[in-house]
Amino acid sequence: MPIQYYIILALALFCIGVVGVLVRRNAIIIFMCIELMLNAVNLLLVAFSKMHNAALAATNAQAGVEGQLFVFFIMVVAAAEVSVGLAIIVMMYRNVHSVDVNFLNRLKN
Amino acid sequence: MSNLVYLVPLFPLIGFLINGLLRKSLSKSLIALIGSGAILASFIVSLVLFFNVKSHGGEVVSYFNFINVNKLVVPFAFQVDQLSSLFLLIITGIGFLIHLYSSAYMHEEENEHYGRYFAYLNLFVFSMLLLVLGANYVIMFIGWEGVGLCSYLLIGFWFKNNNYNYAAKKAFVMNRIGDLGFLLAIFWIIAKLGTVSYGDVFASVSKLTPTDITTITILLFVGAMGKSAQIPLYTWLPDAMAGPTPVSALIHAATMVTAGIYMIARSNVLYSLSEVAQHLVAVIGIATALFAATIAIKQNDIKKVLAYSTVSQLGYMFLGLGVGAYTGAVFHVMTHAFFKALLFLGAGSVIHAMHHEQDIRKMGGLKKYLPITHITFLIGCIAISGIPPFSGFFSKDEILAAAYEHSPVLWGIGVATAGLTAFYMFRLYATTFLGTFRGTHNQEYHLHESPSAMTIPLIVLAVLSVLGGLVGVPEVLGGHHELHQFLSPVLTSEVKHESVHSTEYMLMGVSVAIAVIAILFAINKFSKKPELRDADGFGKVLENKWYVDELYDNIIVNPLNNLGAFFKNIIERKGIDGIVNGVGRLVTYSSRQLRLLQNGLVGGYILFMVLAIVVLIFIWINDNFIFSFFSKHF
Amino acid sequence: MGVTQILFWFLSALAIFSAVMVLVSKSPVHSVLWLIAVFFAISGHYILLNAQFLAIVNIIVYAGAIMVLFLFVIMLMNLNKETEPQKNLWMKLTGVVSGGCLLIVLISLVRQATEIKDKIALTNKGDIGLIKVLGKTLFSGYIVPFEISSVLFLSAMIGAVVIGKKD
Repeated sequence: MPIQYYIILALALFCIGVVGVLVRRNAIIIFMCIELMLNAVNLLLVAFSKMHNAALAATNAQAGVEGQLFVFFIMVVAAAEVSVGLAIIVMMYRNVHSVDVNFLNRLKN
Repeated sequence: MSNLVYLVPLFPLIGFLINGLLRKSLSKSLIALIGSGAILASFIVSLVLFFNVKSHGGEVVSYFNFINVNKLVVPFAFQVDQLSSLFLLIITGIGFLIHLYSSAYMHEEENEHYGRYFAYLNLFVFSMLLLVLGANYVIMFIGWEGVGLCSYLLIGFWFKNNNYNYAAKKAFVMNRIGDLGFLLAIFWIIAKLGTVSYGDVFASVSKLTPTDITTITILLFVGAMGKSAQIPLYTWLPDAMAGPTPVSALIHAATMVTAGIYMIARSNVLYSLSEVAQHLVAVIGIATALFAATIAIKQNDIKKVLAYSTVSQLGYMFLGLGVGAYTGAVFHVMTHAFFKALLFLGAGSVIHAMHHEQDIRKMGGLKKYLPITHITFLIGCIAISGIPPFSGFFSKDEILAAAYEHSPVLWGIGVATAGLTAFYMFRLYATTFLGTFRGTHNQEYHLHESPSAMTIPLIVLAVLSVLGGLVGVPEVLGGHHELHQFLSPVLTSEVKHESVHSTEYMLMGVSVAIAVIAILFAINKFSKKPELRDADGFGKVLENKWYVDELYDNIIVNPLNNLGAFFKNIIERKGIDGIVNGVGRLVTYSSRQLRLLQNGLVGGYILFMVLAIVVLIFIWINDNFIFSFFSKHF
Repeated sequence: MGVTQILFWFLSALAIFSAVMVLVSKSPVHSVLWLIAVFFAISGHYILLNAQFLAIVNIIVYAGAIMVLFLFVIMLMNLNKETEPQKNLWMKLTGVVSGGCLLIVLISLVRQATEIKDKIALTNKGDIGLIKVLGKTLFSGYIVPFEISSVLFLSAMIGAVVIGKKD
């Protein structure tokens, strides 16, 4: 498949994630949208890895493997992030009894 | 001799510095001693100089270059000749008497103000001496401004009274108008001749065109108008009576106001070459003389009468200058200094006795309470009225005779003015000293003759007023007119007394007769029943000084005030302040709006982040287009 | 159009549709479920690209562990349609428009890029996505990052416990 398709697909998912961050106020949904954006990037990384593999397979059969390794590490980081992030959200809910990010504008004052 | 000249102005300067700087710590008697002593020292040096000049003639003493720019060199030089040495004597002599008088007159002042007063007075004498001694127009101008400043300071001496401050300001501003003329004249001389020293200027008058001479002389005359209170710049002088009376005597009668006469007499070489300027001087002079005399008739403030009388007499002097009788004018300056200082000091003595009451309608019958003041004042009145053999007669007669040569009309007005002068002076005398006392009992109880520090100057001045004219007894009366001979090296005298003696006798007779009639009429009219009511009809116009002040207010002061108010309210407030405040308000407003962006809502921040990314990527994509656009257009 | 293409388009449509549904769902639980659908679609893409290991890991870690964690938190807080905070319409519109702008700009960027004009991503072929190759690379060249990531996990775990602890 032409690489553009994958890029555009990944961009679409990423932008949907961005829009989600912008329009939703629920902290958990925003968090989910961030996960969505991460996944869009993962998809793109895999696609690029395969693109490199296709281009350089003649000289190096394993060209592009680092891309997929990167995705692996991103998943690791995402899992860690989710555990801490959700803990923070639970904490926040415990304090303000809401998951609305607009309640968290106390820095203003 | 030359090593003495600088001492003349130096003594008053030292006196000024000591009294000015140490006024808080010195005692009153010490202040008076320093102030008067400085002037006395100056007077003694002046006497030495005078006799030296008399035997050896004048000279110019140069000290250093005051201004040295390119081709223009203005030396700081003193010119001691017949004219300036005579003025030196008048200034320091009368100045000393008035200092002496002041030491008693001002004794009620606090120590600090007493010192301030003498400091100002010494500074004035210093400036006046500088004015007279200066060997070029620039040095004269320094003194000219100095006396203006001192006049301002002394008119507003009692600065707690706002009216006095206004009077001081008025005097200063009026003088500035005249000073502008003087300055322009100096510039003109520099532009045309490249020098300002009297000797060089007078030696090279032939290089000047008639137009130049006329312009310079008229501009100089404008300066003299301001300083010597001539129409149209005279209105400050009557208001200047706000100052202490000795100040009025010294500055606003005897010395400073004659600076204009001195300047024109000094520049007589130029004036003799410009008929237009001479006519102008004569006409303004006689008009002022008559005009001020009419006003003086209806004034009820003892000092105001004397002030208008001063303006009138100054007009006489300008008449003399205008008709070429420079000697006569200088002669009149001298005699006028004697009797006007005498009159003012006498008035001061009266005011002192009356506890600062100046309205003559509340006086009367002071003859028996103030015998010395009365006698001396009477002498002054006779002298100013021009009764022989008192000093005023000789000087006034000389001017009138010269005016007659020039034009009988001028003479006629002059004689009429002389009659008016006699009339209002004796109206003043009769209302003040004759009749019965009209003040309060309290005032009557406290009436007393002034202390000797005040009466001695009065007596000295009275003697001078009587005898002062003898230095200028004309040939027709069997004299030699020694003053004329003395001054002849520095004053051109085109008017020769060619007229037959019978005419001169006739002229003298007429003027004396008119004066005597006026005196008798005034004494008769006012000694028994003085006019106590406010004047009505034409008298009211005179009492209100022809409404000249109101006229000036309406045509000059108010439009200027309105213009100032316009600039202040519209240009300044709305325009300049509007711009400045507008910028401030814009910043405040925009920052208030921008503040809303910092709302603490994460969503908003992210939104802007996204928008910024969009913009940046857009620019990145189109960078070629954008950069070519900028490089093409900027 | 081969099976690969059909699958590609189908999975792409599913991913985008599901992603949009994540946004528009009122209930957080529905959002989670639609997000799981997105992850499954992306895993499908991985399989198309012959990256089986990542596909499996994606399903296990994301669709499984992470999303269960989300679901667990949502249920713990008893979030539903009624408690869902709503932004006003203008804010939503602004968000959509700016996101759309970003997409358009990025796509136009991609369309301009000449380096990737004729590049293709290898589908159904190649063995770099196989667990054997990945494992060898990971444990030979990337052993240190791997160990560091395990430390990261440990610290994240401790952090989550500390933060979530009721004090």
